[in-house]
Amino acid sequence: MPTEIENINPNVYGKCKERIITENEEDENVVDPFDAREIFDLIRNINDPEHPLTLEQLHVVQEDLINVQDKNNEVHVNFTPTIPHCSMATLIGLSIRVKLLRSLPARFKVTVEITPGTHASEQAVNKQLADKERVAAALENKHLTEVINQCISMKA
Amino acid sequence: MGKLQLEHTLKGHKGRIWGIAWHVNGVIFASCGEDKTIRIWGVSDNVWTTKTILSDGHQRTIREISWSPCGQYLASASFDATTAIWSKTSGEFECNATLEGHENEVKSVSWSNLGGLLATCSRDKSVWIWEVVGDNEFDCAAVLNSHTQDVKRVVWHPHKELLASASYDNTIMMYSEGACDWDCVATLSSHTSTVWGIDFDSTGDRLVSCSDDKTLKIWRSYKPDEEECFKENTWKLICTISGLHTRAIYDVSWCKITGLIATACGDDAVRILKEDESSTKNEPTFSLETAEDKAHMQDVNAVKWNPKVSGQLLSCSDDGTIKIWKFVE
Repeated sequence: MPTEIENINPNVYGKCKERIITENEEDENVVDPFDAREIFDLIRNINDPEHPLTLEQLHVVQEDLINVQDKNNEVHVNFTPTIPHCSMATLIGLSIRVKLLRSLPARFKVTVEITPGTHASEQAVNKQLADKERVAAALENKHLTEVINQCISMKA
Repeated sequence: MGKLQLEHTLKGHKGRIWGIAWHVNGVIFASCGEDKTIRIWGVSDNVWTTKTILSDGHQRTIREISWSPCGQYLASASFDATTAIWSKTSGEFECNATLEGHENEVKSVSWSNLGGLLATCSRDKSVWIWEVVGDNEFDCAAVLNSHTQDVKRVVWHPHKELLASASYDNTIMMYSEGACDWDCVATLSSHTSTVWGIDFDSTGDRLVSCSDDKTLKIWRSYKPDEEECFKENTWKLICTISGLHTRAIYDVSWCKITGLIATACGDDAVRILKEDESSTKNEPTFSLETAEDKAHMQDVNAVKWNPKVSGQLLSCSDDGTIKIWKFVE
């Protein structure tokens, strides 16, 4: 964790309304494919590593930047670091990845990338997040897993 | 057009299976994965079962295993930064040596054609060459720091002491022993992302590589005396196969018996390619023979052709299964 906070005064945005659950969604007999809103609900409450705010409140994740192709087993998430030199970008991306890996059925291919044009090391961060071997090795690191678990855990 | 027939589906490991390796005799193979164990599989009456489980050798994921050409030794590369050497001298497989030196995860391990040398590579960007100096004794013969990023794979030439390595820095490098030391003798650049897998053909004159950029590339070695007038030995890109794979290609195996190329892809498919009959030496062409789209439920991590049984292929996956396939024309 950094000793100094990089982005001292981030913009804070309002939260979106809770999802209205329809009758069909409660009916176990109706096929209900994953959509962008459901993915958004899984990741919107991930905590920012340096602020007591959620990724949704910082506009790091937005429903519009999530693409789900349920039939093709594909989930694509773009996330937007609060500043272009954010050193937390890889950790945030990893937290989103881990949250989705744990929540979604194994059939899904999850791609997590920085929103194009919003980070100085966009390509390097994307490449690292896409390398499942490096992600697997990182997740065997106890300290890192603890940090990620803290980010992912919902505040009471 | 050929076809892949599924012969066996094997379970045993807990979680993702990273690697599989045929024993030189073609009737035994080993597998390894995130459960930190190695399983040795054998067949009787057409039923494949685990004969031995090797545990306690590593503290973290076992990424790859490799049999020595004599078939007596098995080397395992682990995220715990060590490489273990297992042998069956006392009847049971035992870990008799642990090679230390890499700063972090060891990604790959490979024995030279005569078994006198062992190569390892790591996320620490280095490639190490170890000399086998005695029973269970290894000396470090070289530490090669040519790559600028995580090194994913090392593979020895089938007949010569020439080593190839593939990296996250998008390049492939070749090394041989010069007058006084091991040196990088060629850098193969063309892939636009991580190179995950490499394999030589039976002659050793050509190399196939697979990448995160979703392409396969074929490289050929040219000697100075050849018609193309090269001054030195060089490796040249002679073919790029694109448009067939929809995600990263994690492994490639070039069959030494049939010349067929098999690929393991992040889109769950296993694909088989064959060189066209009209293919030429300097501009070869390859066509898709068959694709098993849902070969596994998740990413396919490795494919290996049986060195003795023509057309028999092993694959393993994140879905925790190993499959044995038969390719039929």
